[in-house]
Amino acid sequence: MHDAAKIVGGLVLFAAVMTSPFWYNALTAAPAAAPALDPPPNGSKECVEPRAYMRANHMDLLNEWRDLVVRAGERSYVSTANGRAFDMSLSRTCLDCHSNKADFCDRCHTFMAVDPPCWDCHVEPKEAP
Amino acid sequence: MDASRRGFLKIAGLSLVGAAGGSTLVAAIGEPGMAAESLTADPPASGRRLAMVIDLRKFGHDGELVERCIRACHRAHNVPDFGADRKNEIKWVWAEDFELIFRDEEFRYLRRDLQGKPTLLLCNHCDNPPCTRVCPTKATWRRPADGIVMMDWHRCIGCRYCIVACPYGSRSFNWADPRPHLESPHADFPTRTRGVVEKCTFCEERLARGGQPACVEACADDEIVFGDLNDPGSKVRRLLAEHLAIRRKPGLGTRPEVYYIVEDPRTLVETAPAAVVPGAAENDHV
Repeated sequence: MHDAAKIVGGLVLFAAVMTSPFWYNALTAAPAAAPALDPPPNGSKECVEPRAYMRANHMDLLNEWRDLVVRAGERSYVSTANGRAFDMSLSRTCLDCHSNKADFCDRCHTFMAVDPPCWDCHVEPKEAP
Repeated sequence: MDASRRGFLKIAGLSLVGAAGGSTLVAAIGEPGMAAESLTADPPASGRRLAMVIDLRKFGHDGELVERCIRACHRAHNVPDFGADRKNEIKWVWAEDFELIFRDEEFRYLRRDLQGKPTLLLCNHCDNPPCTRVCPTKATWRRPADGIVMMDWHRCIGCRYCIVACPYGSRSFNWADPRPHLESPHADFPTRTRGVVEKCTFCEERLARGGQPACVEACADDEIVFGDLNDPGSKVRRLLAEHLAIRRKPGLGTRPEVYYIVEDPRTLVETAPAAVVPGAAENDHV
């Protein structure tokens, strides 16, 4: 094979240049900033379930609530964390504490690039008089 | 005829598809004799059977109370106001001239004084609702526990089959986004979105919190009475036992649960003190 050194060297150089952004970011960039979520303005410290569970599974919990309320006509949810009963209502229970939708729901949803359709119908308390 | 193997298979296949389609259609529409059966069937005795009695002896001729009921309902449920635009109109509770809602032959000479007068209309929450049978996604169904014909707007795909099935025009379709047509949405109740069917739910969200339907609360003097027909002591049962009440299009077999007391308003005065005497009111008017 003629010019093997040139060809292999060129390939190595090409690969190095092409992957340089990844190397650069891996070595220098700080980890992506997780969005800081504002606590409930009313000072409540206790959610219906523990924080870690809510972070990971609030969407499933909300879907479950939706089906129970609308389809089964059940409205009371007993927390597995503290045994308290909660009204299964997005606007009455969730938003009663998390009334800062823009700094809570939206901030994380924007960061995660998800667009749940909840607010197409459910009314944000701020919108109401 | 020169039938090829290919031609034979084509015709056989088509016939099979046709037969399958036909039987599905029959199953969807219902078995023959179903309507006749439902006319005589007793209402379900288990659970509650919520019903509404609209006392047309008490509804005045001015329509002011009708307007008040409509406003109360539409405000509580974020029903958009499209003004004169009838194509987009959304209605949970609405009004129509008396003689237009009771068109059947039997009602021709009934309460001529109400001709041309607005009469309150809403979903009849039928015991045998045709709308729920046709829904392909089970977004609307009859709750066995209390007979409310419920809607799940999360699940409605907007096919409008239920609108076609309902013989009372109780369902409306959101052709346009309702939000811009709401002055200030009420945070306690969701709005709907474009492409969804909606209707009266007998205020099940208010009932769940121990309240009464919004239109009932808008009335001051029991012009609308709401209650459980399976409870022999309920006010609706008593009213229906003592007074002549009619329902819309009873011949269709849908078994509507909204009743209209159509006696002469003078019976209000005559029977008020006699209401404690059993049978007295019935004998007068039957």
